[in-house]
Amino acid sequence: MATTESEQMAYIAAQAADARVNVEVETNEGMTLNLGPQHPATHGTLRIVAKLDGEKVVAAEPIMGYMHRGYEKLTEVRTYPQVTTLINRIDWLGSFANEVPFILAAEQLMEVEAPPRAQWIRTVLFELSRIANISLFLGDMAVQVGATTPVFYAFRDREFVLNQIERVTGGRFHPNFDRIGGIKDDLPKGWIEETGSVIGKMRDFCDEMEELVLGNEIFQARTRGIGVIPPNVALAYGLSGANLRGSGVDWDIRRDANVGLVYDEVDWKVWTHPDGDSFSRFWVRLQETREACNIIEQLLDGIPAGPIMAKVPLIIKVPAGEAYVATENPLGEMGFYVVSQGDLTPFRVKIRSASFSNISIAPWLLKGVFVPDIISILASLYFILGDIDR
Amino acid sequence: MAEIPDHLLKRAQAAREKAEAQQQAEPEDSASPEKNDEAEATEEEIVVTDEHAEAALTVLERELDGKLLNSHIAPMRGLWIRVAIEDWRFAAKVAKEDLDCKFFDWLSAIDWMPSPYGREHETEQDKLNEEPEDNDQKEMEWGYTGGETRFQLICRVYSISRKIGVMIKADLPDNDPRALSLIPIYPGANWHEREAREMFGLTFDEHPDLRNIYLPGDFEGHPLRKDYPLLSRRMKPWPGIVDMELLPGDDQ
Amino acid sequence: MISVLALDPAWWQQTFLIKVPIGLLAVLLPAGTIVYLYLFKAISFMQSRLGPMEAGPYGSMQLLAEVGKWLQKEDIFPTKADKFVFAAAPFVVLMSTFLLVVIIPAGPDAIFVDLDAGIYFAMAVSSVSVIGILMAGWSSANKYSLLGGIRAAGQLIAYELPLILAVVGVVIQAGTMNMQGIVLAQAEGEILGWGGIGNPFIFTQFIGFFIFMVAVQAELTQAPFDMPVAESELVTGYLTEYSGIRFLLFFIGEFASAAVFSAIAAVLFFGGWYVPGIDPTNDIFNVIGPLILAGKMMAIAFLIFWFRFTFPRFREDQLQRLAWKFLIPLSLANITLTGLLKVVV
Repeated sequence: MATTESEQMAYIAAQAADARVNVEVETNEGMTLNLGPQHPATHGTLRIVAKLDGEKVVAAEPIMGYMHRGYEKLTEVRTYPQVTTLINRIDWLGSFANEVPFILAAEQLMEVEAPPRAQWIRTVLFELSRIANISLFLGDMAVQVGATTPVFYAFRDREFVLNQIERVTGGRFHPNFDRIGGIKDDLPKGWIEETGSVIGKMRDFCDEMEELVLGNEIFQARTRGIGVIPPNVALAYGLSGANLRGSGVDWDIRRDANVGLVYDEVDWKVWTHPDGDSFSRFWVRLQETREACNIIEQLLDGIPAGPIMAKVPLIIKVPAGEAYVATENPLGEMGFYVVSQGDLTPFRVKIRSASFSNISIAPWLLKGVFVPDIISILASLYFILGDIDR
Repeated sequence: MAEIPDHLLKRAQAAREKAEAQQQAEPEDSASPEKNDEAEATEEEIVVTDEHAEAALTVLERELDGKLLNSHIAPMRGLWIRVAIEDWRFAAKVAKEDLDCKFFDWLSAIDWMPSPYGREHETEQDKLNEEPEDNDQKEMEWGYTGGETRFQLICRVYSISRKIGVMIKADLPDNDPRALSLIPIYPGANWHEREAREMFGLTFDEHPDLRNIYLPGDFEGHPLRKDYPLLSRRMKPWPGIVDMELLPGDDQ
Repeated sequence: MISVLALDPAWWQQTFLIKVPIGLLAVLLPAGTIVYLYLFKAISFMQSRLGPMEAGPYGSMQLLAEVGKWLQKEDIFPTKADKFVFAAAPFVVLMSTFLLVVIIPAGPDAIFVDLDAGIYFAMAVSSVSVIGILMAGWSSANKYSLLGGIRAAGQLIAYELPLILAVVGVVIQAGTMNMQGIVLAQAEGEILGWGGIGNPFIFTQFIGFFIFMVAVQAELTQAPFDMPVAESELVTGYLTEYSGIRFLLFFIGEFASAAVFSAIAAVLFFGGWYVPGIDPTNDIFNVIGPLILAGKMMAIAFLIFWFRFTFPRFREDQLQRLAWKFLIPLSLANITLTGLLKVVV
């Protein structure tokens, strides 16, 4: 038995590690391969336990919770305005988009509506965070199938978008900018023109990605016909966003169930792809980035003048009631089910994050594929670990 | 700085005028007492949306045939129904087959018991000023469609063809909170049920793999229950509310 | 100086003490140059970044810093590893690289060993590295390493064949397996009766060159054929458990092999140490020959790294399909065509 204190600590740590690691996929044959929680392919600490027969996957089981932060519990002890600080960190690549559905749900319960200018700026920032998020996906997907270069372009060009977000909100990653009844600040001077030129850069980036990644024969060989999700299965598993549209389901919350954002004011298109494979998911996301550029450009032309905050009480007490508001976030449908009992804090907040549902199809989808396909399929489903673990 | 093209200026001007017109129109609207988010929308739209929800509710009432305990329609916001826990899976089946709700959105639970720890966002300072609350006395208040027991299951499914989302609620018995799993109808319920189980201590029958999903296997307690203390907050009170009360203009 | 060399061209071949440092230099210098110029710099510029800039002018001393770092690191053996095999594996890989350098001609007399079947020898010893990689993968007691090692074995064996078959075309055309003979055949050859630039085999054997480069890319396990190390799937495959000096040895082996295979390609298809305008028997080639060969080698190595940082990775089955269903039939057709033309012309 261990004697010194450090030895004892090591023993306890080992025991704790064993307790967490002893998860086996219940099949009798083959070799168990642990991908993660620290693995170069899993951005974050998602762990995949795969049973292999040679290189073929017999069964695969994602295991998460290594980064579970308990936001649903934490929101219960924070006042409504404080919650946005937390939920910023759910999908950390498009964090402004996280704040919007919660704020909208609170506004719905309080029966206030943000003034038009605030709504337009919200929508612009929402779409900017979509570009910031998906542009990284476009590069990252290429890295997961083995091309190292595109991700550098993605990081380079995403920075332009992040700079624009930072100039408005003061935060590159965690803006915490949305307020119940409006937004925190107005746009800085000259921002609209600058954003226009950034949109031009992002269009070039999309063209570059289309040539470098999408048009590459090896990329197509690696993704076409791999990880096919039929529309019915996608719906039953609650897949949303580009994963759903990549399966040919013509469904976009921005168009079909829009709440509080001004998508009706612009002329845009929902892209779908009938194949349902990894390639189609990449393709849909690429087109969506372009479409987001279109949306932003049209919105920038017509941001109305006026106040940016509605009249809300200084101390926000939300009337009793329940509201569910979902928005079409970069990763898919993100919704907040807010139960209020008329207090300063929410009584219960259920966070419906896109990645959690998107990745829940993995055990079904990964059966019978090869080891390299685990990586490319997971990459094409596109999850952010904070969005799974919340 | 780049020069602003003429057409942009024109569009901005037009938008500004439109906004100003809206602002001028606003005082008339706000005269009506029931002004809320729907007041912004035209009358027609409200009616249409209500029809969606009403039509869906009619279908549900017909198919559930008396098993529907309660319902609630919030215009433009959705439809809530409540069924008995025995009919939980049946209600989901009806929603999927008769209402075309193929999209499984999410599943979770609510613990309606008021927190025995009070409002934990307060500082120790605030607690000194207030009279101590006797939380055991506090009654349970339920949300839309009411409730009878402490735990309530809630599940949202969506119909893409009808563009209507249905929240299905069911009360779980206090002594043995268990329900039938929805996996045969919506395979996506698998992980959501695992999460609800570990967070609330519920049981789902016929679930193939009811392991913890987030928490370590040997974790004790069910964190989202209201009687599970948020330890960090017990140890160190949150100073947040103090900042708010120091804001100017707070005296009224 | 030149006359001294000309008088006694074999002076450096006779002394073990000179041979060994020159051999080391012949392996390490091209490898280091490739790592700095391509892996650090050219690729950084392609990826719109600067690469190392701090150590030395334009970061040119970065490699020394890296080597110093690796030498200082602990040489870790996994608990369940097969210690002897684990320790020996990098040397086996490196051995194959050193053996390859031996037969590459850098001038009429600047060659370590002038074997009659030089290219045959090269193809044979290049396969030895498979054994080293398999040893590394098996002995690491790591599942990623095992998968990587087995992938590498399957891949290297599959691409050995197109590699050899691509060379056969050159051998038919040159009429010899001797590396010097192949260089001379190109230097003294004529293109349709015009001998101005000799006859580099790239003009007639461009199919062979294509197959050779693809196969070399696979032999070197560079992207798009880097499944054995595939860092997004298998961490780093058979290298996963290696650290410190043993990792350094693998690293040297990888890039020295890239240099050596580029040099072989230069010899087979671009006339090796020969440049047009100078009589190939001129002794000056013993001095400028290594430089010319190095120049050609660097140009070809650039291709390897350009592909490496542009293409995504194949899947294992697609890689095998490419080898067996496309490259091997193509190279057989190339051989047939070369043979026919050899007889007819």
